[in-house]
Amino acid sequence: MAESIDVQSSKWRNVEVGRVVLFVRGKFAGKLAAIVEIIDHKRVLVDGPSKESADQVPRHSAPLSSVSLTAIVLKKLPLAIRRGPLTKVWEKEEVESKWKQTASAKSALRKQTRKNLTDFERFKVVRLRKQARFEVRKAHASIRKSAK
Amino acid sequence: MSSKSEAAGPVKKPFGKEHRHVPHHSSKAKRWYPAEDATVKRKTRKSVQPAKVRESLKPGAVLILLAGRFRGKRVILLKHLEQGVLLVTGPFKVNGVPLRRVNARYVIATSLNVGLEGLDTKVIDKVSQKGYFTEGKSKDKKGEEAFFKQGEKPQKKEISSTRTEDQKSVDKTLLATIKKESHLFEYLQSSFSLRNGDRPHEMKW
Repeated sequence: MAESIDVQSSKWRNVEVGRVVLFVRGKFAGKLAAIVEIIDHKRVLVDGPSKESADQVPRHSAPLSSVSLTAIVLKKLPLAIRRGPLTKVWEKEEVESKWKQTASAKSALRKQTRKNLTDFERFKVVRLRKQARFEVRKAHASIRKSAK
Repeated sequence: MSSKSEAAGPVKKPFGKEHRHVPHHSSKAKRWYPAEDATVKRKTRKSVQPAKVRESLKPGAVLILLAGRFRGKRVILLKHLEQGVLLVTGPFKVNGVPLRRVNARYVIATSLNVGLEGLDTKVIDKVSQKGYFTEGKSKDKKGEEAFFKQGEKPQKKEISSTRTEDQKSVDKTLLATIKKESHLFEYLQSSFSLRNGDRPHEMKW
């Protein structure tokens, strides 16, 4: 019975100082902030020092139920770091451009643009998607035919 | 013969050295009064206001009809008639909606505006005159007799040639502008309907 067991830590996203979170409800919904301090098992102190004033989140205690953890972590962030130094880290790590490249940010943007389409634009989306689908299937069919 | 109206006034009668006015008996207080109050009709303080036109309903706008025989169709607004009535056309050649009056309450205005440049204003004025659409309509409604004659074929409605001419002249210029923009023709051809998950109050038009 000399089997070796490889023990690995889970790859869950942890609530940790330096974790970038996305607000999913409340008045900051859709904005990013970093966890600066963990208050208790339900609340964290967050701060969102975005360059755009519209995207900023003021330093406050937020319930964890109103945020979702992103994959972005600011490594080795000092405990309870203040606005100024945090802004420097935020910009150096390029949090916002990293976020924009994630799939969930892209789908959120897509959802937003789709929501703001007019009736005529919605019709055009249907038409153009149909056209694109037709071309793809045509190419696929010809490939299948030649493969036989 | 003294008239009654003359007698209705007070009568001057000698009273001692002076005179006094004696009222006619009809103007004296009655000795009895009706047990039930007579109802007095209320005065209406409202008057018919001219209909306010929604800002989105600009001539040339593409509308979605919500009621009636052509519900769901996308049509073009030509003109405002009086009291919230709109003059629209399909155009007929695109989606089968003729020159028609519709109630402004039962349309959705989209943000798309098809230009009305080059439209014959004479024809539009003629069409928007009173009685244009009601002309030649038989007033008697189908009665019992018509109901029992259901098996027989009804007389075919004859469309006056002036109506078709007007339709054609309006459609001609509109079609030219419609064909300039891609997908617009098909857009007007298609009809609108709500799908699963569509929230019309949250949608942008």
